[in-house]
Amino acid sequence: MTHDASFSLAAPTTELDTRQRIGLAVFGLGLLSLLVAWAMDGGSPVLASSLGFGLTIGGGLIYFWAKYLGKPAGIRNDGLTFSPTTSKGWIGWILGVVFTGFYVLLYWIPGTLEGLIRITDPLSYTLRGKAADQWFLYGTFYTIAVLTMGVRMIFKYRHSKYQIIRTLSVMFFQLGFGFTIPGLLVMFNQPEFYFSYFWPLKYDYLFPGTVNYLTQSGGVGVFMIFWGAVMTFIATPVLTYFFGKRWYCSWVCGCGGLAETLGDPYRQLSDKSMKAWKIERWMIHSVLLWVTVLTAALWINSAMDGALLGKASRTYSKVYGFVIGAAFSGVIGVGFYPIMGSRVWCRFGCPMAAILGLQQRFFSRFRISTNGGQCISCGNCSKYCEMGIDVRWYAQRGQNIVRASCVGCGVCSAVCPRGVLNLENGPRGDQRFNSPGPVFISTDSVRVLTEEPGAQSTDLAVSK
Amino acid sequence: MNHVVVIGNGISGITAARTVRKLNADVRITVISAETDYFFSRTALMYIYMGHMTFEDTQPYQKWFWPQNRIDLVRGYVQAIDTEARTLHLGDGQTIGYDRLVLGLGSSYNLFGWPGQDLHGVQGLISKPDLDEMERNTRGIDHAVVVGGGLIGIEMAEMLHSRHVHTTFLVREKTYMPKALPAEEGMMIVRHVKDHGIDLRMATEFEAILGDDAGRVRAVRLKDSGEEVACQFVGLTVGVHPNIDILKDTPIETGRGVMVDEHMQTSVPGVYAVGDCAQYRVPPPGRQPIEPLWYTGRMHGEVAGRHICGVPAPYTPGLFFNSAKFFDIEYQVYGPIATKPIDGIDSLYWEHENGLHAIRIDYNADDHTVRGFNLMGTRYRQNVCFEWIQNGAEMPYVLENLGQANFDPEFYKQHEKEVVAVYNRKHPNRAVTLRRRRSLFKNPFAYIARLRGEAGRTQETGDSLPAKNVDVTPGSDKPGSGSTA
Repeated sequence: MTHDASFSLAAPTTELDTRQRIGLAVFGLGLLSLLVAWAMDGGSPVLASSLGFGLTIGGGLIYFWAKYLGKPAGIRNDGLTFSPTTSKGWIGWILGVVFTGFYVLLYWIPGTLEGLIRITDPLSYTLRGKAADQWFLYGTFYTIAVLTMGVRMIFKYRHSKYQIIRTLSVMFFQLGFGFTIPGLLVMFNQPEFYFSYFWPLKYDYLFPGTVNYLTQSGGVGVFMIFWGAVMTFIATPVLTYFFGKRWYCSWVCGCGGLAETLGDPYRQLSDKSMKAWKIERWMIHSVLLWVTVLTAALWINSAMDGALLGKASRTYSKVYGFVIGAAFSGVIGVGFYPIMGSRVWCRFGCPMAAILGLQQRFFSRFRISTNGGQCISCGNCSKYCEMGIDVRWYAQRGQNIVRASCVGCGVCSAVCPRGVLNLENGPRGDQRFNSPGPVFISTDSVRVLTEEPGAQSTDLAVSK
Repeated sequence: MNHVVVIGNGISGITAARTVRKLNADVRITVISAETDYFFSRTALMYIYMGHMTFEDTQPYQKWFWPQNRIDLVRGYVQAIDTEARTLHLGDGQTIGYDRLVLGLGSSYNLFGWPGQDLHGVQGLISKPDLDEMERNTRGIDHAVVVGGGLIGIEMAEMLHSRHVHTTFLVREKTYMPKALPAEEGMMIVRHVKDHGIDLRMATEFEAILGDDAGRVRAVRLKDSGEEVACQFVGLTVGVHPNIDILKDTPIETGRGVMVDEHMQTSVPGVYAVGDCAQYRVPPPGRQPIEPLWYTGRMHGEVAGRHICGVPAPYTPGLFFNSAKFFDIEYQVYGPIATKPIDGIDSLYWEHENGLHAIRIDYNADDHTVRGFNLMGTRYRQNVCFEWIQNGAEMPYVLENLGQANFDPEFYKQHEKEVVAVYNRKHPNRAVTLRRRRSLFKNPFAYIARLRGEAGRTQETGDSLPAKNVDVTPGSDKPGSGSTA
């Protein structure tokens, strides 16, 4: 009758071997050189950037190589709930403050980052032919994070071909579409455009102001408008019908790319409670409504030559940009990784995820299939769901999982110790929701007199 | 009937309570447990120790679930059961009356009177208190010995290994779990465990556990060699037995477990037994008298709950299946598997050269009807395998469509071709060609070709007909699977 005696004991230590220590030391040196350069207003940018970026990346890779490649391939989540980094311990809180602080400086006090910005000048001149600004600094950090932590992800899940290919995909899209192409466009005096972001995530791509600006900038600009509109209105529903929202959220999107790489150590921190799910549905659909109404209002205003909103139209889009674009997706979305998990923005705020989710829920062939009666309710699937889906709730009932928020990262399937879960695209109909062959005599066949409340509120899993 | 009381908040007891609530909105339901406040997944205990999950994470239902379903949870130890007065006496002096009683008492680990089994640092692992004890016993140690080659033994070895404790693992048998795994698969596990750095010693038994002056374990002495393996912890995982001591002074009939009929009723009216503690008077075909499995515990709970509510359905577990994970190798079994060569049963076995994947299909030697699937490091669909086995599908049909059973994640290398090749080498006169890879993720070209074919010959239903180049044996055109086409 002892109550959780383990609480009275100190947490087991996470041991580091020599190579891991070397990796961390090198990483620390890199960080130090970045800080010194920051303090020295850039110092010698070439030296600072090669030292700073070279050592942090190199140190990180040594650490991950030592941590994962020295052991047989397989699920390696040992010690995650004990580590102060990954269980909201003191390191997690420090990281949260550092990430959040960086975003605050970046968005609202960029002058303080001057020293860091100058470090990226050499790269900026090479790629874009002009000096760096705060957004180039941000893009550089972002891309380095996705690539380095992407390698970690591949090391960690190297037994899973799905995870390897998916991680390579987000790395490719970040490096190419999220960094190199926009840079080259600047170099060639074209509008800086991200071909992998669409309205309503990149909300201003369909605002009248942007459209006018792109139209005026010639053929490339017109193609950009065309591309954005086609992706939003045609490609998105078609691809989501066939593959679910994962084609974007966990394979292409830059926010998703960061969450799946830099955020992977924190995926288990997402809140799985029913309450969180309720908040999620209210919030994400409110943001979608807001951006839709805003976009429509801006167009009506534009058609009426400003008679609707007058001079306030800029203010409306600025408020959205401040609250959603900066504060929510940046500060909270990434800054809170170590505290609330890696998909806070994607889960509670992203209007693109909201649209894709509605399509996935109602018009898609995608589902997570549950394999018969093998589920042992262990909870690994729910624990490692970055979107906070209680996957186990469905799996233990033999039900397939069809949830609007699922980004199809596939980690539930990877961590399942009994081979119960699998991401699949297949015919729609009843089969999409229910496992074809429930093993248990009741679960589905018993006439239910008093439905459990959980089953009612999981309206997405209604049986036929 | 006003009050249903369940003793034990494991999967079988909780399923009984939930089933009663589903079928009856009014009856009062109480679940008593001495172990924990809330139901948790016992199979996940290892992940708490390894730091994959917290204890709260292993609880399948959130706290609001219990009051909303009006299932009262009582934390307490039942000391005596008065079946005459239908009253339970708890350790704290409380008494609880019942109209129907469900016993979900679970298991305890076996101790066979070994010398030194009572020393500090020596224990088994079944319950949450056991896990807490293991946490205390293994803090800061560097060497452990685990005895017994079952599922808990290998889990304990993996747990200790995750904490960087050097582990010597003693197994009496020559191959791993010979009662469940054929020799090839058993040896695969042996190699895999050793690859992880475990000091696994097969065909090795111990003689005594040795203690120091403080009564703490200091070593294990092995049989025959007399070697002493120094250690600060010994895990005893040599099987489990029903935890039924509490029933000694009751009229409830017991054998090794609580004797039950096909509705999980004990010898005393109104009293049921479910899960690990139940023993069938007449075991269902292909089943052991006591089944300490997760899913059979669930079935027991449903059967008892239904009988209590007057909508009985006897316990008919159907085909055997199970699954486990041995370090990184997942294991699934569907249907009976011959662990040793048996006359009249043929076995198709393919193993990957990396020693991490294997597929075995057992079939009857005379008519080649499929009997069972044994999968290592490969996931197969339960419903597809079951339909093939239950419908007596023949091997040519099964192999042609084997891809339909594959449940591995997308992009994984599929090995069905190699399995078919093994069969073709064994039976050249029945050579088969693999037609289908996955069942849901279709090859678009094959799909288009089939649509065309259907347009041309509408009377054919592509899927259920054997390919023309196959050596067709009678009956091989049975619709063998739940095709989703």
